[in-house]
Amino acid sequence: MEAFFGAFGRSLLAASEEAGQFTFLIRSTLLWMVRAKIEWKQTLIQMGRIGVESLPVTAMTAFFTGMVLALQTGATSKHFFNVPLFVGTVVSFSIVMELGPVMTAIVVSGRAGAAIAAELGTMKVTEQIDALYTLGTDPVRYLIIPRLLALLMVLPLLTVASDFTGIIGGLFVARVKYDIPSIVYWHDIVDNMEVRHFVHGFLKTYIFAFVIAMVSCFRGITTRGGAEGVGKSTTAAVVMSMVLVLVLDYFATALLNAMGIT
Amino acid sequence: MIDASSVVKSFGPRTILRGIDLRVETGETLVIIGGSGCGKSTFLKCVIGLHAPDSGVITVDGMDITKLKTEAEIANYRRRFGYLFQEGALFDSLTVAENITFGLRYLTDIPTSKYGQIASDSLALVGLKDVEDFKPSELSGGMKKRVALARAIAAQPSYILYDEPTTGLDPIMSDVINDLILDLQKQLKITSIVVTHDMRSAYKVGSRIAMFHEGRVLQVAHPDIIRITDNPYVRQFVDGLSQGPIKMKLKEFDAEESAGSRKEKA
Repeated sequence: MEAFFGAFGRSLLAASEEAGQFTFLIRSTLLWMVRAKIEWKQTLIQMGRIGVESLPVTAMTAFFTGMVLALQTGATSKHFFNVPLFVGTVVSFSIVMELGPVMTAIVVSGRAGAAIAAELGTMKVTEQIDALYTLGTDPVRYLIIPRLLALLMVLPLLTVASDFTGIIGGLFVARVKYDIPSIVYWHDIVDNMEVRHFVHGFLKTYIFAFVIAMVSCFRGITTRGGAEGVGKSTTAAVVMSMVLVLVLDYFATALLNAMGIT
Repeated sequence: MIDASSVVKSFGPRTILRGIDLRVETGETLVIIGGSGCGKSTFLKCVIGLHAPDSGVITVDGMDITKLKTEAEIANYRRRFGYLFQEGALFDSLTVAENITFGLRYLTDIPTSKYGQIASDSLALVGLKDVEDFKPSELSGGMKKRVALARAIAAQPSYILYDEPTTGLDPIMSDVINDLILDLQKQLKITSIVVTHDMRSAYKVGSRIAMFHEGRVLQVAHPDIIRITDNPYVRQFVDGLSQGPIKMKLKEFDAEESAGSRKEKA
């Protein structure tokens, strides 16, 4: 029993210490953003790596998500009403308000989050992060801020691209599987959707971008223990980012609804 | 001059430095020797400010790193140092020239138009040329050490801290690095601290040698005195013997531990 409480206490202390370090990193990042020159060259490099290189996989994910939504909506409405109704409306609302931002964030967590944690983790265990200090700069300024800014700029754009390709995926199934004319599909969307619905999904991407960047960078720069440590950090970064994206999606949606952006 | 007084540093429950008193005179090369985990590298990182001592004071030219507040003061402190990491710690994503000139942007006001020349000059000082556009992954171990050394001297520091400069190199390349350390000391009049457990290197480059053991300084003396020392710990280390007080203590510890575990089982 004593051993159990001992282990429980130690893990609680470790978790509290980690939460404190994470909060301190966020504070330090925000302070450096205000007081230091932004490394725009590094930011552009990261935008290329995170944005351009993630685009094919996020677009493909969204395309198939749109297709399966159209397939399910058409099948369900046919079952109840004998005709596929409101396929465009269901696909567009689902994609633009929820699935576009969330699926894109999850794909980017897996792809870019893992890459960030692995790169910074390797830099940590090979003393490259210490080298940054000795050469007069701070890792937060040189490594973390460019990645955070890149994600904040790129994830909303990737989400817009996902929204678009998801709706096109839905249109493809609506046309081919259910013979719904394109004009009907588009009318289903524009007659029911307003700008605030798009804004609802779009605003959430900034929260996701912040979480993915900070969690991945935190896991990277706190890596310990060589190659095994890098592997553990990478896995932890991806799992933690994905879980936080899904958890925060609920609270962000509740907040936006309370603010009337729904 | 670097002056360390009663420096204590712990990581969690492990105390690494237990009161280090050490002075490095201007222009000398002080070699720190000692077994793995005795606090050599930790001391070096405290000197440059990578770790803050729990207690004690380290002053460099009268400046105490823990009392520096503004970025300009910290940059002014760091500008005095070049640091050679054990594995080089070159940035993988940058070329050799970009690695060498990396610190110039943050530590100096040198215009970027001069970076190319500085990279070539620094490489020439460590005996390399025409490698400016290579990536670190394209270099051999010895070349990486030289490039890392070129990066350490690029901002013309007053002090260079070498963390195990010959570890992982073959004996000939180790001797080449030793010659480079001596050359740089002669040409640039740099004050150096060299952390090593390579005694050939220690005898060759050191003006004085300090032996660390369990976070304390056991002896500081000229290399010729260290060669004939009668301190049993230092004697055992410099002769590289498995038998002696350092090993004995480990054995006693093991013996106590195994006796303790036998009692527990009984």
